[in-house]
Amino acid sequence: MKTPKWLVPTLYILFLLLPIYWLVSMSFKTTNEILGTFSLWPQEFTLANYITIFTDPTWYNGYFNSLTYVGMNTLLSVSVALPAAYAFSRYRFLGDKHLFFWLLTNRMAPPAVFALPFFQLYSAVGLFDTPIAVALAHCLFNIPLAVWILEGFMSGVPKELDETAYVDGYSFGRFFIRIFIPTIAAGIGVVMFFCFMFSWVELLLAKTLTSVAAKPIAATMTRTASTAGYELGLLAAAGTLTIIPGAFVIWFVRNHIAKGFALGRV
Amino acid sequence: MIDKTVNQRAWFLVLPVVVLVAFNALIPLMTVVNYSVQETFGNNVFFFEGVKWFEQILNSERFHASLLRQLSFTGIILLIEIPLGVAIALSMPKKGPWVSVCLVLMALPLLIPWNVVGAMWNIFALPDIGLLGRMINGMGFDYNFTQQPLAAWFTTVLMDVWHWTSLVVLLAYAGLSSIPDAYYQAARIDGASAWSVFRFIQLPKMKRVLTIAVLLRFMDSFMIYTEPFVLTGGGPGNTTTFLSIDLVKIALGQFDLGPAAAMSLIYFLIILVLSWIFYTLMMRNEEQ
Amino acid sequence: MAKITLDQVRHSYLDHPESPDDWALKELDVVWSDGGAYALLGPSGCGKTTLLNVISGLLQPSHGRVLFDDRDVTNVPSEHREIAQVFQFPVVYDTMTVFDNLAFPLRNRGIPEAQVKSRVEEIARMLDLEAALGNRASGLTADGKQKISLGRGLVRSDVNVIMFDEPLTVIDPHLKWQLRSKLKELQQEVGATMIYVTHDQTEALTFADKVVVMLEGQVVQIGTPEELFDKPGHTFVGHFIGSPGMNLLPCEIVDGFPSFLGHKVDIAQAVDVPADATRMEIGVRPEFLHFDSKGLPVDIVRVDDVGRYRIVEVNHKSHAIKLVTPENVPIPEDKGHLAFDLTKTHVYADGWIIN
Repeated sequence: MKTPKWLVPTLYILFLLLPIYWLVSMSFKTTNEILGTFSLWPQEFTLANYITIFTDPTWYNGYFNSLTYVGMNTLLSVSVALPAAYAFSRYRFLGDKHLFFWLLTNRMAPPAVFALPFFQLYSAVGLFDTPIAVALAHCLFNIPLAVWILEGFMSGVPKELDETAYVDGYSFGRFFIRIFIPTIAAGIGVVMFFCFMFSWVELLLAKTLTSVAAKPIAATMTRTASTAGYELGLLAAAGTLTIIPGAFVIWFVRNHIAKGFALGRV
Repeated sequence: MIDKTVNQRAWFLVLPVVVLVAFNALIPLMTVVNYSVQETFGNNVFFFEGVKWFEQILNSERFHASLLRQLSFTGIILLIEIPLGVAIALSMPKKGPWVSVCLVLMALPLLIPWNVVGAMWNIFALPDIGLLGRMINGMGFDYNFTQQPLAAWFTTVLMDVWHWTSLVVLLAYAGLSSIPDAYYQAARIDGASAWSVFRFIQLPKMKRVLTIAVLLRFMDSFMIYTEPFVLTGGGPGNTTTFLSIDLVKIALGQFDLGPAAAMSLIYFLIILVLSWIFYTLMMRNEEQ
Repeated sequence: MAKITLDQVRHSYLDHPESPDDWALKELDVVWSDGGAYALLGPSGCGKTTLLNVISGLLQPSHGRVLFDDRDVTNVPSEHREIAQVFQFPVVYDTMTVFDNLAFPLRNRGIPEAQVKSRVEEIARMLDLEAALGNRASGLTADGKQKISLGRGLVRSDVNVIMFDEPLTVIDPHLKWQLRSKLKELQQEVGATMIYVTHDQTEALTFADKVVVMLEGQVVQIGTPEELFDKPGHTFVGHFIGSPGMNLLPCEIVDGFPSFLGHKVDIAQAVDVPADATRMEIGVRPEFLHFDSKGLPVDIVRVDDVGRYRIVEVNHKSHAIKLVTPENVPIPEDKGHLAFDLTKTHVYADGWIIN
């Protein structure tokens, strides 16, 4: 019997959604209920967790702070990565292979021990407790990721496309924006989402480099886990809410990732 | 393959990237190297100790044990997540309304902060109050991840697969989308079977993207800390104490940053070497 | 090889087309005879790639039938139509050798290995790829890869038609000529029906025995290069083919003969004006105008010497006209008179020829 192709993604999505359902249902329960009984859906349905988040400034400011530095970082990372990836993809220059690999090495160190030096560095340049600090610090791992992924996609585009465009009279800028970028749209979509995602979930540096003014949602959530014991309901509600911005981002780039753009004819 | 032209001016295109990354990389790195070769007894007084910490770490049984655990864990999840991710990407629709739905739903696990992932799976997998725990016990297995090493490993692996496979799917899917239609058309005209299309068109064209997926998953799983720590705390006992968890224990437990710094550098070098091997192996056909 | 018939073919990419512009292909009735070398010529967006895909089976037309040798193949998928297609950019299987690339279509059809070998070597020889057979396909230059694409089409002995979709787009200019000649040579040697889609008139005119000119989803004219040149059936053909293109002058028809701003132009035969015609034009190629003692008075604007001939731009009451004058024919200094070749001057109503 031939299994229909859609069965595979359907089963996978169901597998993904089960724990998420669990998370969402926890967000509508009290911590007592979560730890006390097993229930498929909230026995004592409560909005208290969400109310706390929407009314307590530390919580909702946390969201805004996080969105700020994540947004800055994503735009910054993708913008500088595009020309660099183009250079790696089309040109040979002194040290290019080593530079390329070096970029990736910046993702190879466990962050724990580096937190203190980072704190010292950003304090020294006077950026402590600003969203810019986190946005810049996250460049450490997001830019290499962006460069590597974009380079991978750019290498799939034959150089003849560039040359045909020049013969047709395009300047480099026009060629890059109107022809090249649509061709690697899938890569750009994926990179934007990944930069957003990795910056959004990064906890250690975000906590280390901020204290009050720029405190991100990450810090508030870890506080929940340690100080007041385990406020699971609150944590679950916060967790549920953190999914939403990222869902927007991937929705935004969905046409880039799927076969929205065909290989453009020059 | 792209025939690259030599052009030293390309450095200007790369310069912003280098500046931004190096700013964040070099100074902290130097600081850590500094710590790794010193010992302090407090009051900001440091004594140069050379390679003492490195030797200590490399010779410790504890280090060997967590390294082994780490290698096993990473090996297992790579063997599951890469093929699974590719298979799912291949079976996803290429266009139409369901594509957007699929992409959004698949992205959800990636967006949850890692401590929440650990916490939700912790409850989810508990044998008495968690859905998964009850399901498995209900099927007749004796399952309690807080007490049984095997169950703990199973849960940790399952959690990681749940959390990260979508990364592979997204990368693979984007890679597949970039293959121009003409290749599929030519294959149809040539009378190629679905397997041939996969073997001769899809897989080769996805190679770079898959390399990135493998490297990313390798590095991130090798450094994994928050999720398993919140899920099992490294236990029961130390059966799920992976390398990062061990490292933090050492860093917190000691007054001195020396051993932790040294271990970080060793850690880094291991990942570096293994990544380089992976990278070279996967890209070996490119240079001719 | 086969005769291909397009019977009342129309195609729209939309589910519910309303206006004529929604149709990528308007009514088409074309016959491509067996063994012919055809060019499908037209500007970007005129529907040539759509038409190509209808013939190859990659696209099902909204209306009409496609016949191969009187066999209705409209609903037959590409892999069973026995066609070959060479695309705009080289499509090769990077991981295979050149030999395996060429052998691929045969092996997929279960042909015995010995036959595969001999056939592949034969085709490789025809395409000057023999030396490269053992190399990986990814290492070849663009023109080498296009040859492989072509080879995969030629290697099958049951191919009905080979189609080329602007195949020289990514080839280096100095190699275009070589590859073009090779294609022509192959066409004559193998006797295959070939349809060559392009927007480049030089490619079309040098390759084809017959050219099909398309504009906005319609076939505007089918003819040999000479016919297209001497008697363009549509102002578009006159303008698109030839460099410089045909001159178009607005006119009125007086007693069956065209009159350009009061000056009567002589043509071979009197014409009847169609009832609903709104725009009448005289069309004459620069090659078919010459200076004479009497005729249309013109001012000389400029002369471009391009070697064997001169392009002269002249002016009559602010209408620019171009003519091509051979090397040794004198050109008046300031003013002159233009005479029109009787048989090569045509009259067009709303773009279509009426004489």
